[in-house]
Amino acid sequence: MSITVRIPTVLRSATGGAATISATGSTIGEILAQLASDHPGVQPQLFNEDGTLHKFLNVYVNDDDVRYLGGLQAPVADGDEVTLLPAVAGGFA
Amino acid sequence: MTRYGSVLDLIGNTPVIDTSVLSPKPNVKIWTKLEGRNPAGSVKDRVALSLITTAEADGRLIPGQPGQTLIEPSSGNTGIALAMVCRMRGYHLKVVLPSNVSIERRQLLEVWGAEIIESPGSEGSNGAVRRAQQLAKDNPDWVFLYQYANPANPLAHYTTTGPEIFKDVPEITHFVAGLGTSGTLMGVGKYLKEQNPDVQVWAIEPPSGEMVDGLRSLEDGYIPPIFTDNNGFEMLDRKVVVRPKESLEWTRRMSELGLFVGISSGAIMAGAVKCALTIPDDQEAHIVTIACDDGWKYLSTGAWTDDLDEVVERAKRIIYF
Repeated sequence: MSITVRIPTVLRSATGGAATISATGSTIGEILAQLASDHPGVQPQLFNEDGTLHKFLNVYVNDDDVRYLGGLQAPVADGDEVTLLPAVAGGFA
Repeated sequence: MTRYGSVLDLIGNTPVIDTSVLSPKPNVKIWTKLEGRNPAGSVKDRVALSLITTAEADGRLIPGQPGQTLIEPSSGNTGIALAMVCRMRGYHLKVVLPSNVSIERRQLLEVWGAEIIESPGSEGSNGAVRRAQQLAKDNPDWVFLYQYANPANPLAHYTTTGPEIFKDVPEITHFVAGLGTSGTLMGVGKYLKEQNPDVQVWAIEPPSGEMVDGLRSLEDGYIPPIFTDNNGFEMLDRKVVVRPKESLEWTRRMSELGLFVGISSGAIMAGAVKCALTIPDDQEAHIVTIACDDGWKYLSTGAWTDDLDEVVERAKRIIYF
C-alpha cells in the first residue's frame, strides 16, 4: 500500500529536502515509524520520548487530524495522503 | 425592543439562518449563526467586551483614567473589536498585526484609532503572538489581555454564544466552528456538552502550518493556552483542515443564498458539509456553524469576482481566516 506523506518545510532538513515521501503501512503509527527509520533525524521531531506524537506536530489523513481518529492507531488506506504540519497560532484571532 | 443605550448593547443575540440548501444530505440540516451582525462586524466583539469588562472588574483597567495602554496580537477581528471598545472607554490600543492581512482590516483599526505594530507576514499569527509577548514583557505598564490565554475569551462564548445557539436550535447534534484562539470552540463546546453530552464539536482550521514559513523548528510551535486549559483534546471530536480553494468556493456558494460572509465562514461551511457527509442516511442531524464575519473586509481580495485560481493564489499569501 502506498501512502504519500507531505513533509512541512520545517522538517525537510531531516528528509534531505524532500517535500513528499512514499511510505507503506496500515496505521499512522506504522507510516511514521517507517519515516523515522528511513530518516533518523526526523525521529525526535515526530515523537516525544515516550513514543507519543510530538505536541507541536499535527498529523492529518486526507486533512483530518489523526488525534481525533485514534491517534497513532488511526487507519490509512492505499492512496491516502498524510500531511504533517507544525502546530502554530492560526486563524482569525 | 429595538432601542438601545449603547452600541455595546448590540453585541450578541445574532440571528441563525437555515442554510440546509447547502447540505449534501436531506436528513442533515445546517444552521448558520451570523456573527457579522455584531457592531464591529465579527464574533470577536463578544470576546473584546468580555476581555475589557473582566479587566475593569479586577482593576487592571480603570475606565476614564487617562494614559492606559493595551497591547494585543491579532490578525484582525479581535483587534478591530478591541479598538472599538477601547475608543469608547478612552484606552489606547496597540495591535500587533501580521503585515499580510487584508487592507480593510488595517483601515478598520485606524477608524477607531488603534496603533498598528507590524509583525512579519511570513510568521503569520504566530509571529504576532511572539512579538506582543515580548513587547508586554518590555513594557510592564501596558495591559496585555492576551486573548489566547485569557479565560474571559471562552467565557464570553460559554455565557452568550452557547446559550443563544441552544435556545435557537435545541435539536443541535453537531457544532462546527473555526479554530483560532479556540475560544469559540471551548466556550460553546463546554456549554453545549453540558446541555447534551452527545453534541459533537468539530474544529475547522486553515492549513496555517503550511503557510507559516518563518518557522525555524518545531519547537517554535504554539498551542493556545486556553485550548489546553479547557481540555481541548477531549472537548473536540474532530479537527479538519479546509484549504483556500474550498474555502473560497463555499464563500461564493453562500453568497448565492444572499449571505455575504467572510472567507473563514466559507471554510467553516465546507467543514460542515464534510461533517454532514459522515452522518448515516437514517439519522436526523442538525449542524450549527458560525459565520464569523461579513464579506466587507475581504472585498479587496477579489474573493467573489476574480478568477478563482487567481484568488486562491492570493489567499495563500494573506491571512484570511
